[in-house]
Amino acid sequence: MKRRDFIKNSVKATALAAATGGIGYLFHNRETTAFQNLVSAGEKSFTVAGDPQLPQVTLAVNPDHIRALQAALDAIGGIRRFIQPDEKVVIKPNIGWDRTPEQAADTNPLLVGEMVRLCLEAGASQVIVTDVTCHQAARTFVRSGIGEAAEKSGARVILPRDEDFIQTDLGGKLLTAWPVLRHFIECDKLINMPIVKHHSLSTCTIGMKNMYGIIGGRRNQLHQQIDQSIVDLTAFCKPTLTVIDATRVLLRNGPTGGSLDDVKILNTVICSTDPVAGDSRGVEFLAHKGVQVGHLRLAEKSGLGLIDYHQAGYKEIS
Amino acid sequence: MMSWKTVRNLRRISQVLFFLFFFWLILKTNFKVDFSKTVSEIGLPYPVSIFLEFDPLTALGTLLSAGTIYKGLLWSLVIIIPTLFMGRFFCGWICPLGSLNHWLSEIPSLNIFRRGKGRIKANKYKKYQRIKYYVLIFFLGAALMGTLQIGLLDPLPLLARSIGTVVLPTLHAFILGIVGAVKNLGWPPLGDAAQSIYDATAPFFLNFRQVHFNTIFSMGLFFLIILVLNRVFTRFWCRGICPLGALLGLFSRYAIFGLVKDEATCTKCGLCNLHCQGADNPHVGDKWRQSECHLCFNCIAACPENSLKFKFFPVQEHSTANPEPTQKAGIPRRMVLTSLVGGVAFYPLIRSGTDFSADANPRLIRPPGSVDEQRFLERCIRCGQCIRVCPNNALHPTLMEAGIEGIWTPIMIPRVGYCEPTCTLCTQVCPTGAILELTTMQKVGDDNNPPVRVGTAFFDRGRCLPWAMGETCIVCEEWCPTSPKAIYTKEEQTVDRQGNPVTIRRPYVDPALCTGCGACEYACPVIDKPAIYVTGIGESRDPENQILLERQLKEKEQAS
Repeated sequence: MKRRDFIKNSVKATALAAATGGIGYLFHNRETTAFQNLVSAGEKSFTVAGDPQLPQVTLAVNPDHIRALQAALDAIGGIRRFIQPDEKVVIKPNIGWDRTPEQAADTNPLLVGEMVRLCLEAGASQVIVTDVTCHQAARTFVRSGIGEAAEKSGARVILPRDEDFIQTDLGGKLLTAWPVLRHFIECDKLINMPIVKHHSLSTCTIGMKNMYGIIGGRRNQLHQQIDQSIVDLTAFCKPTLTVIDATRVLLRNGPTGGSLDDVKILNTVICSTDPVAGDSRGVEFLAHKGVQVGHLRLAEKSGLGLIDYHQAGYKEIS
Repeated sequence: MMSWKTVRNLRRISQVLFFLFFFWLILKTNFKVDFSKTVSEIGLPYPVSIFLEFDPLTALGTLLSAGTIYKGLLWSLVIIIPTLFMGRFFCGWICPLGSLNHWLSEIPSLNIFRRGKGRIKANKYKKYQRIKYYVLIFFLGAALMGTLQIGLLDPLPLLARSIGTVVLPTLHAFILGIVGAVKNLGWPPLGDAAQSIYDATAPFFLNFRQVHFNTIFSMGLFFLIILVLNRVFTRFWCRGICPLGALLGLFSRYAIFGLVKDEATCTKCGLCNLHCQGADNPHVGDKWRQSECHLCFNCIAACPENSLKFKFFPVQEHSTANPEPTQKAGIPRRMVLTSLVGGVAFYPLIRSGTDFSADANPRLIRPPGSVDEQRFLERCIRCGQCIRVCPNNALHPTLMEAGIEGIWTPIMIPRVGYCEPTCTLCTQVCPTGAILELTTMQKVGDDNNPPVRVGTAFFDRGRCLPWAMGETCIVCEEWCPTSPKAIYTKEEQTVDRQGNPVTIRRPYVDPALCTGCGACEYACPVIDKPAIYVTGIGESRDPENQILLERQLKEKEQAS
C-alpha cells in the first residue's frame, strides 16, 4: 500500500464510519411500546347557527320530488342559510347497495341531483358526492343513478379508494381510532342525504346510521354495539343539514331490499338540523316511534338532539 | 413487387399492432365506470374475448371435448383456412405470445451461443421441436375423452390469463408500493405529486382498486419461465412446446406457399439462419421445414445474395447439397400413437381419483351460469377472462381446489369477494360456453323462475357471535341480498357467564331462498375463518348436487 492510498483509504473509511454511525443515530428508536399515529380530528361540526324563528324539522309531501325537497328546504330557512359562497360542500347520500332507484335501497338520485344544483346555485365552489359503499362502489354509483344525477348537476363524484382513508381519532366511547374517508372531514359543509329504510338490528337506517358511510375499516364489527357506534359517529361528525328521502321507503328486508313489494311510495322529503329529531320523524314511516329506537334514545341521552320533534320545532307542508 | 425488407417491416408492424390489440382487449375486460348514463344492466362495450375466439386450438379442443364449436369460435376458420394454403403466418405475424417471445429472443446477448456463428448453429432445426406435436396430440387425446387441458398451454388463453391475473395486478401493487414509498419520504409536495401522477394515469391501465388473486405465484412463475427461456433458446416456447404452433404446423401439410433456395448464388454466409425464428432451416444445405416456419421472412430480408424466395407453387432445383423442402412434421408414427394413448389414459387416471365427483371439494364454487362440472371441464380454457372481469374480486384461479384437472379454472372465494346478485359480467366474456350468458333478470329470478344459485350458506355456530358468544351481530342478515332474505333471525334466550338471562337475535339460513352469493361470508366479522360459509351444494348447474327435495319439486313445476 502506498502512502497516498493509505491516506485516501483512511479518509474514505472514516467517512463511511461517520455515515453509518449517523444513520444509526438518526433511525434509532427508543420507543419500545406499540404506538399509533392518529390524526386527532376532534369533533367535526359543520352546523350553522340555530335560529329560534325556524323549525328544526320540516316535512313536505309532493309527488314531484324536487318540489317536495324545495318546499321542505325553504321552510327550514332555504339553501342560503346553510351554504355560503365559495364553500366546499360534500353531499353524503346512501349509496350502499347495488340497487336501482325503484328498489329504494339508495337515496333517490333526483333529490341528490337537485341538492347539488342548489348548493352550486348558492355559490359553493365545489360539490362532492361520495359514500363508502357496502357493495362494490363503482357498480352502486352507476346502478343507483346517483353517479349520473350528481355529475349532470355539476358535482364531482368520487369513488372511495383505499388510499383516501385517514386513520382518525373519533373520540367516541366505542369508536376511537378508525379510518375516515378524507373528503368527509376536509370540507366546509356536509349534507347528509339518507333514505328511510328498515333495518332488523337498529330498527331503521335513516340519517344517523347513514354516517356509517363516512368510515371504512372493519365496519362489520360495529353491529355488536350498534347503538353506541351510531351515537359515537353522530357525536363525532355533525352535518350541516340532514335531508331525508322518504319519497320511496323500504319497509321490509332492509337495508338491502331488492323487491318492489318491500317499497312504499310516500313522496315525502324531510329536512332537519337536529339529527335525532329528523330520524325520529322518519322512523314513523316504518310504523315505529322514535322512543322505540335504541340509538335515538341513546343519542338523546347523550345530548345530541331531541326525539320529540315537535319540541325541537316541526313544520309540515303539503 | 415490394422488397422483402418492406414485407419484414410490415410483419413487425403487424406484430406490434396485434399485441397492442390483445393487450387493449384485456384492459377492456373490465367494466367502465361511466356516470354519464345510468344503466340497470351493466355490460361491456366491446366483444373483449374476440381474440380468443380466433384461436383454432380452442375451437378444435372444445369440438373434440364438448362436440360443439361455441358461438364466436367459428372465427377460428379465419386463421385455419389461410394456414392450409400459406403455413404458420399466425405465429410470425399475429400471435401476441409469439411476438413477445420474438422480442425477448432478439435482445442482443453476450453468450456465444446466442450470437454470431454460435447462434447460426443454434438456429438449425433440432429434434426437441417435435415435443410440441406430442404435447398437442396428448391434449387432443385427453379432450377426446372429455377433459379439456389444452388451455394450460394454448398461447392465447395463457397470455390472456397471465396479463389479466398476474401482470396487471402485480403492476398495480408495484405502483402503489412506489407511491407509498415516495409519500413516506416525508416531504409532502413530493408525495402529493406522486399521488397526482397516479390519479391521472392509473384509470387507463389499472383496476379501480388493487385485486388479489389465489395462486398468482404459480401462474406468474409459469409465465416467467416461458419468457426467460427465450434468453437461452430463441423462441423455445414457439419452437418446442406450443401446441397451437404444432396444430398450425400440421395444417401446413399441403401449403402451396413456400421457400425456394438457389444454391448457385448462395455464399453460405448463414445470415438467414442467424435471424431465423422457427428453426426451419432456411439455409442451403438442409431441407427447409414448412411446418416449423413462422413466415417471418427474416431469412429473405437478410439474404445479401437474393438466393432465397417465398413463392406460391414453390419449385426448387434440388441436389444433395440443396435438398428438397419437406412439408411433413417429421414425427415418428409410434410417438404419435404413444402421445395419443397417453392423453387418452390421462382421463381414466384422473377420473378414477376422488377429486372429480366422489369426494369433490365442497368449496368448489363456480361462477354463476356455469355448466355442470363434467361439461365445465370440457370447455374451460383457463383464459381468466371471467376472473379478470369480476368487479368484486370474487373469482380466482384454482390451484388444486378443483383437482389436477381443474388447475387455474375459476372458483369463487367469498372471503375475498362475493357474487354481486345483479352482476352478469363473467357470463358475458366466456369464449367457450363454460359459463353461459345470463341477464340480470335471469340471474335474480322472478315469480316464475328460480334464481341462479352457486351454492348454499351454512352457519358455523361454534364461531358465530350470537350463537357462540351471546354477542349481538347479524351482519350476515343485513347483507343478505335476496328478498325475502334467506338469512332470518329469531330472538332467543340464553344466559351469560354469570347466569343472567340474555335475549339475543340469532341468525338462521333458509336454504330454499339462499343463492350462495357469499355476501354473508364476505361480511362476517369473524374474518379469518367466517362463522357463515358457502359450499357448492344447491348450485343450479348440477341437478345431483342438491339438498332440498321440496325446492327441486317447486323449481321443476316452475320450469314446466
